[in-house]
Amino acid sequence: MKRLLLVFALLAAQPLYADSNLPPAYWSDRQLPNPKQEAEAQSLMEQIRCLVCQGQSIADSDAELAGDMRDLVRRRIAAGEKPDAIRAWLIQRYGTWISYKPTTEPAAWPLWLAPLALLLIGAWLIRRRIRLRRDR
Amino acid sequence: MAPGALRLSRAIRFAPLVVFLAIVAALVWRLATPVDTNVHSTLEGRAIPAFKLAQILPDKPPLSSADLATGQPHLVNVFASWCVPCVTEVKVLQELKDSGVHVEGIAIRDRAPDLESFLAANGDPYERIGDDPQSKVQISLGSSGVPESFVVDGNGIIRFQQIGPIEASEVPMILSKLEQAR
Repeated sequence: MKRLLLVFALLAAQPLYADSNLPPAYWSDRQLPNPKQEAEAQSLMEQIRCLVCQGQSIADSDAELAGDMRDLVRRRIAAGEKPDAIRAWLIQRYGTWISYKPTTEPAAWPLWLAPLALLLIGAWLIRRRIRLRRDR
Repeated sequence: MAPGALRLSRAIRFAPLVVFLAIVAALVWRLATPVDTNVHSTLEGRAIPAFKLAQILPDKPPLSSADLATGQPHLVNVFASWCVPCVTEVKVLQELKDSGVHVEGIAIRDRAPDLESFLAANGDPYERIGDDPQSKVQISLGSSGVPESFVVDGNGIIRFQQIGPIEASEVPMILSKLEQAR
């Protein structure tokens, strides 16, 4: 029984093989000494999508590539680069997909206009209701 | 009740059904034609970002972007010894090499002994191999995993990105991409 359990445990450990044998990059799980820079890096990392676990930000993901991207973000912030410049650099490579922050390009207009449209529809419905009640 | 109110309420009574059917239709459509979840590099048609990778194996020259703009098209393979699909892909790369393709490698988060035994066991189609221990060049290429391959023309312009392993059946397609990049 114990042996069988061990075999199952080994089977479950298979995804481990999908990772490299190298340790995580230096700044992947280490905070920058300067708290202001670390805060900048953190807020940017929360807005950059992980390429491996596509629903997560690189701040949340345990994927090695996400760790390497955190390392890249922290190094660049520490070197004095602005978060928006790093975001632009990533968008240049992966497209707007990589950033959770919506852009102002035409494809995103419905996103910006939807709240306004919903408000207008709501106002119209309420107006109609009030009118109907008055008619009764 | 006003006649207008009656008409409105009938339309509204069927609205949930219509919305429900629309949702079902959307779900069925999405299940039938799944989204492409691959994240494509936006660098296709643009110059490969400048890089200069270190040597990882003593008997294998390292790779830099300058090695690619030599007037000949190259196939740059982003791979790793710990990557399972790369094992089968390397045989296909060998086939490409045998038909005269310059195959270059970027080893992601790899160690020299691991890489050496990987190449010894599966074959070595690479002219050069660059060491990318923190995926830096991989990220600068807009690549999101291993294996991936880039067709780079003789002027160092990225012409095509292959996401995932090159299957044996895709060899003619890759050869024609390389031919177009000539």
